[in-house]
Amino acid sequence: MLQIRWHSRAGQGAVTGAKALADVMARTGKYVQAYSVYGAEKRGAPMSAYDKIDDKPILDHSKWMIPNYVLVIDPSLVFQEEIVDNTNDDTVFIVTTHMDKDDLLDIAKHLQGKKVYTIDAIKISQEEIGRAIPNTPMLGAFVKISEIIDFDEFLTSIKDILSKFPQKIIDGNIKAIKRAYEEVK
Amino acid sequence: MAEKYQLKSKEVWDGNTAASHALRQAQVDVVAAYPITPSTPIVQNYASFLANGYVDGEFVMVESEHSAMSACVGAAAAGGRVATATSSQGYALMVEVLYQASGMRLPIVMTVVNRALASPLNIHGDHGDLYLGRDAGWIHLIANNPQEAYDMTLCAFRIAEDERVRLPVTTNQDGFLVSHTAQVVEPLDDDTAYKFIGDYKPLNPMLDIKNPQTYGAQTEEEWHFEFKATQHKALMESPAVIDEVFAAFEKLTGRKYNRVESYKLDDAEIALVVMGSAYETSMVAVDKAREEGIKVGLIMPRSFRPFPYNEIAEKLKNIKAIAALDRSCPMGAMGALYNEVAGALAANGESAIMTNYIYGLGGRDTTIEHILEVIKETNENAKAGKRVTDLQGFINLRGPKLSFN
Repeated sequence: MLQIRWHSRAGQGAVTGAKALADVMARTGKYVQAYSVYGAEKRGAPMSAYDKIDDKPILDHSKWMIPNYVLVIDPSLVFQEEIVDNTNDDTVFIVTTHMDKDDLLDIAKHLQGKKVYTIDAIKISQEEIGRAIPNTPMLGAFVKISEIIDFDEFLTSIKDILSKFPQKIIDGNIKAIKRAYEEVK
Repeated sequence: MAEKYQLKSKEVWDGNTAASHALRQAQVDVVAAYPITPSTPIVQNYASFLANGYVDGEFVMVESEHSAMSACVGAAAAGGRVATATSSQGYALMVEVLYQASGMRLPIVMTVVNRALASPLNIHGDHGDLYLGRDAGWIHLIANNPQEAYDMTLCAFRIAEDERVRLPVTTNQDGFLVSHTAQVVEPLDDDTAYKFIGDYKPLNPMLDIKNPQTYGAQTEEEWHFEFKATQHKALMESPAVIDEVFAAFEKLTGRKYNRVESYKLDDAEIALVVMGSAYETSMVAVDKAREEGIKVGLIMPRSFRPFPYNEIAEKLKNIKAIAALDRSCPMGAMGALYNEVAGALAANGESAIMTNYIYGLGGRDTTIEHILEVIKETNENAKAGKRVTDLQGFINLRGPKLSFN
C-alpha cells in the first residue's frame, strides 16, 4: 500500500488535493482512501491530509501511517519538526519553498539526511492560477517524483475532475501542474 | 421533473456524499434539516442538488434540530416520503421528537454521522449520539464505509416504508473516518435506485381529509401500554422485512448484507464484537493474529436496533472468550454491546468469558496494533479458561492505566 501524508494550512487545498489524487488513482483501478485530520480551527491552522492507495480494498480506518511520501504545501510548515513524525529512511519529502535546498536544510535540520525534493508551489500557483492554492502544483511535482502514473493520463483525469470549474481556472491549474512537473528538483 | 444525475460506475465519494446521493435518488417529498454545524455536509450537498434541479421535493431549512424533526413528523403524518440528516449535538436536540416520530409510526429516514457529545466540545467521531437514540424506537442500521453509507440509506427507505414495519430508520456512519473519508463507491443509476426503493405509499395520511386521522393522541394508563407494546412488537418483527430488503438488494447489486455480520468466525475460539469502521480495521488485525496462530473472529450487529440477540448467540455458541468493544463512554456501567451480547448469551445458556473495552472516544485513533493487543488479551482468557484480564479496559487512553473489575 502506498501512503501519502500532506501538511498544509486549512484553506490551502490539501483536502481537495488528497481527494483529487485518490480520484485519479481510482480511475486506474486502484482502491483508495483520502481523509484529513483537523480540529474545529478555521482557515490558516496547520492540518494534515492523507492518501492510501492499494490494489485491494482498504479496510484500515485508523489515521496512523508510516508515509511513503510527505507533501508539504505551506512554506512555513517545512520548519515544523512534526513533518518527520512516523517517517523512515525511505520516506520521500516534497516541500514547497522559495529557498535553495542547501539553504533550506541548514535551517530545517530535521530534514537533513532525508530524501528531500523542493518546489516553489506557492509562487507557481500565484503566477498561473492567480491565488496561493499550492495543491495542484504539488500534485504535478508528486507525479514527477513518484512516477505513480503516466503524466498524460494524469492530466486527462485531472482535467475531468476540474471540469466543474470555469475554463480559466482549469487552464491555470493545468499550467501550474505542468510547471511544477518540470521545476521540481 | 428532477433531472437525472450522470454518475460513473465507480465514484470516489466520502460517506457524506454517498448518503446525500442516496437521499437524492429516493426523491424525498420533504427534507427538513438544520443547515449548519453540528449538521453535516449531507444537508449542504442535498441543498445543492435541489438548487441545481436534481430534486423535486421540498427542502425546509429550520432553526434547530428539534424543529427539523418536528417538521419531519408533520410532513410524514401529512403523507409524504420524509428524510433528514444530523449528528452529535443536533441529534441530542432531536431526541424528544425522535420518540414522537416512532410512536406515531412515521417511516422517516435519517442519515446520521456519529460524533461525540459535549462536554467537552469535540467534533470527532464516536457512538455517543447513536447510543443516546438507542431506545427511541427507531431501527438503527450501521455502515462501515462510504459504500455502505450509500447502500444502507437506499435500504432504509424500503425497510421503513414497508407496511409491516412503518417505523423510522437511522443509517449510521462514523464521523470523519467514514463521513469525511473518500473511497471508491459503486452507485446505482438514478432510475435503478429509485425503482429499488419504489413509490411512496401513504398510510393514514392527514391530507386525506375524507378520512380524518389523529396523530400523537393522548393515552393514559388505559391505552399507553398497549400502544408502546405494539410499537415494540413492530420493531421485534422487523427483522423479517430487513432480511427481505437485504436479499433484494443483493439480487440487484451483488452486495450482501446481514443483520449480523461476521468474519472468520467458523473455526474461531475467541471473538471480538465491534461496530462501525473499526470492524473493518479489526478484519486486518484478525488476519495478522491468525498468522500468529490465534483463532479469532469478528461479529457485528448490522442492525443495532432491533438487536439480533438470538442470531448473535447462535454464531458465538462455540466461542470461549469474547471482547465487546464500545465506542461510547458507558458512564457507570459496562458498554452497551457488552451488555447486549452478555444478555444474548445468557438467554441461550452460553457462558463464554466476556470482557469490555472502551475505545475511540472523540476520534481517538484505534489502530491495527491496538486491536491486536485486545485479541491477545482475549486469547489469554480463553487459554486460562477463566477471566484473567480486566473486566473493562480502555484502548489507547493516555495517562495511568484505567480498568474496572
